[in-house]
Amino acid sequence: MNKYPAWLNILVLVILMAGCLLALPNIYGSVPAIQIAGTSGEGYDSIRLEEYVRVVEGEGYTPEAAFLKDGRVVLRFDEGTNLAPIVDQLKSRYGRVANVAQTLAPQLPAWVRDLGLSPMSLGLDLRGGVYVLLEVDMETAINTRLTLYEQGIDDMLRDARIRHRVSLDNRAITVQLGEAADLEQARELVQRSDTDLLIVDGSDGRSFTVRMSEAQIKARQDFAIEQNITTLRNRVDQLGVAEPLVQRQGVDRIVVQLPGVQDPNEINKILTATATLEFRLVDQSGTEPGSRLYRGRPGIADAVLKRKVIASGDQIIDAAAGFDQGAPIVSITLDSTGGESMLQTTMEHLGKPMSTVFIETRRETIQRNGETINRDIKTEEIINTATIQGIFKNRFQISGLGQGEAHDLALLLRAGALAAPVFKIDERTIGPSLGQDNIDRGFNAIKIGFFAVVLFMVIYYKAFGLIANVALFSNLVFIVAMLSLLQASLTLPGIAGIVLTVGMAVDANVLIFERIREELANGSSPQSAINAGYEKALSSIADANITTLIAAVVLFGVGTGPIKGFAITLMLGIITSMFTAIVGTRALVNLIFGGRKLTSVPV
Amino acid sequence: MRLIKEKTSIDFLSKTRRRVGLAISVVLVIASLVSLSTRGLEFGIDFTGGILLEIGYPQAADLELIRSDLANEGYENAQVQLFGADNVVMVRLPPQEGDVDEIRERLQQTLHANDEGIELRRVEFVSPQVGTELAEQGALAMIFALMMIFLYVMIRFQWKFSAGAVAALGHDAIVTVGFFSIFGFPFDLTVVAAVLAVIGYSLNDTVVVFDRIRENFFALRGCTAREAMNISINETLARTIITGLTTLLVLVALLVFGGESIAPFSIALIVGIIVGTYSSTYTAGATALELNVSAQDLIEPVKDKSLIDDLP
Repeated sequence: MNKYPAWLNILVLVILMAGCLLALPNIYGSVPAIQIAGTSGEGYDSIRLEEYVRVVEGEGYTPEAAFLKDGRVVLRFDEGTNLAPIVDQLKSRYGRVANVAQTLAPQLPAWVRDLGLSPMSLGLDLRGGVYVLLEVDMETAINTRLTLYEQGIDDMLRDARIRHRVSLDNRAITVQLGEAADLEQARELVQRSDTDLLIVDGSDGRSFTVRMSEAQIKARQDFAIEQNITTLRNRVDQLGVAEPLVQRQGVDRIVVQLPGVQDPNEINKILTATATLEFRLVDQSGTEPGSRLYRGRPGIADAVLKRKVIASGDQIIDAAAGFDQGAPIVSITLDSTGGESMLQTTMEHLGKPMSTVFIETRRETIQRNGETINRDIKTEEIINTATIQGIFKNRFQISGLGQGEAHDLALLLRAGALAAPVFKIDERTIGPSLGQDNIDRGFNAIKIGFFAVVLFMVIYYKAFGLIANVALFSNLVFIVAMLSLLQASLTLPGIAGIVLTVGMAVDANVLIFERIREELANGSSPQSAINAGYEKALSSIADANITTLIAAVVLFGVGTGPIKGFAITLMLGIITSMFTAIVGTRALVNLIFGGRKLTSVPV
Repeated sequence: MRLIKEKTSIDFLSKTRRRVGLAISVVLVIASLVSLSTRGLEFGIDFTGGILLEIGYPQAADLELIRSDLANEGYENAQVQLFGADNVVMVRLPPQEGDVDEIRERLQQTLHANDEGIELRRVEFVSPQVGTELAEQGALAMIFALMMIFLYVMIRFQWKFSAGAVAALGHDAIVTVGFFSIFGFPFDLTVVAAVLAVIGYSLNDTVVVFDRIRENFFALRGCTAREAMNISINETLARTIITGLTTLLVLVALLVFGGESIAPFSIALIVGIIVGTYSSTYTAGATALELNVSAQDLIEPVKDKSLIDDLP
């Protein structure tokens, strides 16, 4: 009685060893490192790795280890190396083609690295950094699209020589025709240009309204958010942050996590900035339909600009800040459509003035009658108006900006424009010292809690308590192993979840041991008491754990942020503890006591 | 070693004990509800929105100076208090008008003005909109968890047990939240997580007792339901108390050593586990008993069917 078959013992051993292996990377400390990733999206190979090593060594820095990880070059240095000067140097030399970031890397031996193992990733509350939750302004995203439709319809009807007036209001474009007879033809034209548009005739017989279909609105929203995520990724990459996270959350939100960033001021401006440019011709007559007055920056004259945009920010594929005759400038490169449009315009309007408009949207929170209202402020300013001196296509430069502004604008234009403005609705910054404090305190609590429970179990259940303690320790190893494997971020609430698990994991063993004691008190023989204890406690353990698991799964599903971190470790802890407390301790008990003649059970 | 006698035979479910238990529970729940409706909760910025700063000073911080500095800048409604140590200060502000970046810079400058050596350990801006959503999510999670648990216990046992379990859990959740209201402890998102963990834990306790009741309903034929339940509670008493103890051990460690920001979480769990241990002993069984639970309730109808099939 109470013997496990050999295969089961071996299985338990194999699982335990796998757990130890997966948890192993966590025992190594972290050292300063430089991480370099190519901006083109292609991974680096060993040739580039050697090149970077040579450059760094040429500057007098000796990497303690240099390797490729997920196509990125990682150069690891000894503890305490000041990397700031070399990182700045690398940034200025390779900034255009590579993202250089200073970070911390675990000091894993090569063989652990080669197995693809890595330690748990720490959440922002443990390593410090900035968390930002952004909301995408969907109304603007849709209105921008509608404005394009409006302009398209206007052009189309003019080309067809149909007298008309178009206006956009409340997500609907109203087309008012001069003659009722044109209705059929006009409607036909619009519908043919985009068959998905919803068109409804007006009651007066010579107008109709055009709306975007549900599917089109949805597609536009998805596009806006995907485009924004790409842009935000580019911007974050430009800033040189190691392991940034940019992720969609829900319908209209984007989470940005920047580990290691200490001052949110600089980053925030870049993140939410909507600064972009538009190029428009000056309407010298001032009477063309759709023309409107734009204010100039201080020192720049106001001007009436034409409705048609020659090229806009999203057509800019490269931008660099520089100086021309001592004044800051931004050199611009347009994509082919933008270049084509610019070529056409400059050819047709040689000698006429063209303006560069700087556009920016900001959101302000104000309180009115006790209610908090968000107000969007859109600034459109002419930063320069110049006469078209020659014919040019996709490369030119603009002036009229301050120095810092030119630098930021170049970065923003390079990273691409946001398809719709984004607004910060949640921002949390954790300083590095608080992160370290949280780690220290959290692990301290685990250690002390663990030892208190271990001590209690030994005193209370003697040899069986010792066995339960072995299980409890393996349970910790398994939790760490699973967290490392899943690469789920460990947070402070996550640590709290582990602490709670330590207290609750012994419950299964308490149930079993108490049951064994009962069986003994009822006069069972030692071996059959052990057996009955394990068998009879099983249904209670299963029920009890499943119910807790339900609560944890609900937490995980509904919760965000800190709640999720707690739920993950709680779930993992429940699952691993079932294994260690039932199968693990039984294997040990069987090994030690199984098949022997016992006069008493040390429980 | 034993903390509990080998065989206890406490009559947990006697009429007087049940009434006393009920009275205690009712008093606790009513006190909680009254406090919740009159005093409410000291919601953290997770729920209200607003600004939170945690600032480290090189020496003991002068709270009055910080308050007057902030007031001079127009932040009269700033809450300034020490946070765990005499050189760590927490500043809380309600949602502010204007641009987040500008406010942050202004606050930083104000705080730096008197002391160059300060360190901003934590800065949080939460918009009221996010706060409302988080509050809704928390409440939703709690209701949803209770529903799922009710279903699970109904499938595994029977609805009278479900009702007993959910009564006990609702009681635990209300009393734990009520405790935060009565003592004015800060109620943030981690506390919601803790309350849900309490629900999980207390249920764990309750289900172990129910499991034994089911076993004894069949093993101890001839006993009344009350007797069988009493015996079950007594038999599981040692386990209930030992597990409660080990869990409390680690939670006290977490409260003492885990740092200020996790303290509300630890307190919620400690309170919840004490209340949960009590409720799974008294409330859960007593409720099922009030609903006239009996061994008959646990006989699965499927078995009857097979019997009928065997008849000639």
